[in-house]
Amino acid sequence: MSQHGEFPRHLLSVADLGREGIEEILRLAESFEEVSSRDIPRVPALRGRSVALMFFEDSTRTRLSFDTAAKRLSAETLVFTAASSSLSKGESLRDTVQTVSAMGVDAMVVRHRCAGVPAQVSRWTDAAVLNAGDGWHEHPTQALLDCFTLARHRGNGTDLSGMRIAIVGDIVHSRVARSDIVAFVSLGAKVILVAPPTLLPSDMEGWPVETVGDLDEVLGTLDAVYLLRLQRERMAANLVPSLREYAHRFGMDASRMARLPAHGLVMHPGPMNRGVEISSEVADDPRCVATEQVSNGIAVRMAVLFMLLGTPAAKEALRAGSPRRPGSLLPDQESLHSSVPGAKRSAGV
Amino acid sequence: MSDLSHPQDLVIKGATVLTKTGLVRADVVTCNGVVVALGPDLDAGLGARVLDGSGCHVIPALVDLHTHLREPGGEDAETVMSGSRAAAVGGFGAVVAMPNTNPPIDSASMVRDVMALGKDALVDVAVAGTITVGRKGERLSPFGEMAEAGVRICTDDGSGVQDAALMRRALEYASSVGITLAQHCEDASLAACGVMHEGGWSSRLGLAGIPAEAEETMAARDIALASRAGARLHLMHLSTAGSMALLAMAKQRGAPVSAEVTPHHLSLTDAELSSFDPRFKVNPPLRSEKDRQALLMAVADGVVDAIATDHAPHPAHTKQAPLDEASFGMTGLETAFSVVWGQLGHLGIEAVWRLMSQRPARIAGLVGHGGPIAEGSAANLVVVDLEASWTADPSRGVTKSTNSPFAGRSMKGKVKHTVHAGEAVVVDGEPSR
Repeated sequence: MSQHGEFPRHLLSVADLGREGIEEILRLAESFEEVSSRDIPRVPALRGRSVALMFFEDSTRTRLSFDTAAKRLSAETLVFTAASSSLSKGESLRDTVQTVSAMGVDAMVVRHRCAGVPAQVSRWTDAAVLNAGDGWHEHPTQALLDCFTLARHRGNGTDLSGMRIAIVGDIVHSRVARSDIVAFVSLGAKVILVAPPTLLPSDMEGWPVETVGDLDEVLGTLDAVYLLRLQRERMAANLVPSLREYAHRFGMDASRMARLPAHGLVMHPGPMNRGVEISSEVADDPRCVATEQVSNGIAVRMAVLFMLLGTPAAKEALRAGSPRRPGSLLPDQESLHSSVPGAKRSAGV
Repeated sequence: MSDLSHPQDLVIKGATVLTKTGLVRADVVTCNGVVVALGPDLDAGLGARVLDGSGCHVIPALVDLHTHLREPGGEDAETVMSGSRAAAVGGFGAVVAMPNTNPPIDSASMVRDVMALGKDALVDVAVAGTITVGRKGERLSPFGEMAEAGVRICTDDGSGVQDAALMRRALEYASSVGITLAQHCEDASLAACGVMHEGGWSSRLGLAGIPAEAEETMAARDIALASRAGARLHLMHLSTAGSMALLAMAKQRGAPVSAEVTPHHLSLTDAELSSFDPRFKVNPPLRSEKDRQALLMAVADGVVDAIATDHAPHPAHTKQAPLDEASFGMTGLETAFSVVWGQLGHLGIEAVWRLMSQRPARIAGLVGHGGPIAEGSAANLVVVDLEASWTADPSRGVTKSTNSPFAGRSMKGKVKHTVHAGEAVVVDGEPSR
């Protein structure tokens, strides 16, 4: 169904990828990581392609990460931000999408505070749609960069089997958790959700996870503890009594850090609430890999953009080549022009 | 169109007719809006309009207890006329127009205005009034004055009456003027900003849920209040297994309560939301398969009195929005009979008649509707082909709006002709005016 082989046309949810798709992205991200370390961190892989960054909800870090990733692949980016609702301006979401679509973009990276918007957008445009976070639904590239980070520390290719990863906190309102669960489990990890019942989805029948209410019960068995941001609104809605009680029961602090196995990682999708889900000591501890997650995000998003927008020939070339020697396949900005499959907007994206 | 108030003679040939003594093969002759003859091989004489009923059934026209006609204030979605045409195409002979218009129908003069809009409609338009002024949930609407203007049902539909003490007084007062209160059961604090049923699918999709308890707590409260007040209460669009259990218990105790379910809750579930298509956003939300099965069983067991459409047209742009901004509601008049027949055909056409015509007419206090068909009864009839199959296509629909959840789905059973007050308002599925 896709002209890009088995890779899906859009990336709306992690489940679209399956284990193989996730592994392919991770391997490709490894190739692209090298690009970022060059003097001129840019390859022409997507030259001539344009990517619209449609951020209906504020998100500095994800937008910058996608923008950087697209530019390192030589794609053009158009940035669209609108904090207010489209309906309140009298323009429907569909109008907005069709307007941007009419500008001839090849991909739309969509962030919206409401679940499902990227899926809706994909029905109204011929461009490839990439979910950059939709409400409480999914944040697939976050999950991919989290897998990349975990796999890097695990050191066994893309395999996470046997790892025990706890996701702690506001699961019900977390798109990161919904994507991470699918991705981690796909790669063989065991996921434990740690939260009070008020912060868990109401019906998790069939979810491939274990659920516990007490972080300390599992802390000593974990390979990684993934902390979610707790928003202040959750207090107003009586989902937790106070930030202090939350920090006491679920926050990662120095004493809990001491009980985490020595190799155990602390992860956070950012932005962190120091003093709530994570203490300052933990945030600055070398075992906390939050900033590493951010830098890995660029390579992972380069890989995703390339899989969605790269020409079949370019992808074949990369697949055939060894990810350990990406330089030959990804010439730098000066030397290329002829060697790399580029860049025409022809592939019928 | 005043000449149409004196319809010509009409004969429906070759159908099976739902009469007092059951289903019989007969022709039906009407004259001046009244069924004048019923029997085999009848001739209406020269000039009579002949409708082909061969292979079809004639039953009393359907009655919809729950129709949003949107006028005044929402004419881009529907008008009384356009909605009445959609109703006629769906086989209805009467609809109860919901009062959550803009402004709401909360006074006798508003009632008369909307009734006047329905004077030349293709179906009888009964008008419901609000329970509270402006649907604000604060002060009682003038039930007595609205009753004198012809209102039989009052509801704040679109939202429930949150204040229990106010609802108690409303029930007590309304009963004295012959008005039935119809409740949209939804505790606003529990429903909060939910957009779909709270359950496995909302959990997976990351959409805010409306728990079943938002409906059930108010249904339980109002059953208790109505029982105490001895006042008639109608529970609208019940959607959960728990509500069915409450209803069954209330009826067992003889509480003065009736209830409706919708065709969409009988046929669709929250799994539809996995497409994130706002056409499936409706309030109450599409529930779980377990709830749907409980509704079907309660209908089969006779616990549910009526099926009502909750036809809720919306302009297209309000459905081309993110789910949390999109309007609640779906159209239903033109598909109701077929959807119900598809789900409940095994119960037989007489059961469907009771659910969609007889009991709704009784609950709404509509004279001349509900049947059964007999000499001397009003000629509000529908001819249905129970074997026909067709595919729903909202772009070809008669309602002004296209927000049908059934688009592209195959349907079983089709409304062929509709006769309203002796006039053939729909012939072969097409409205005559």
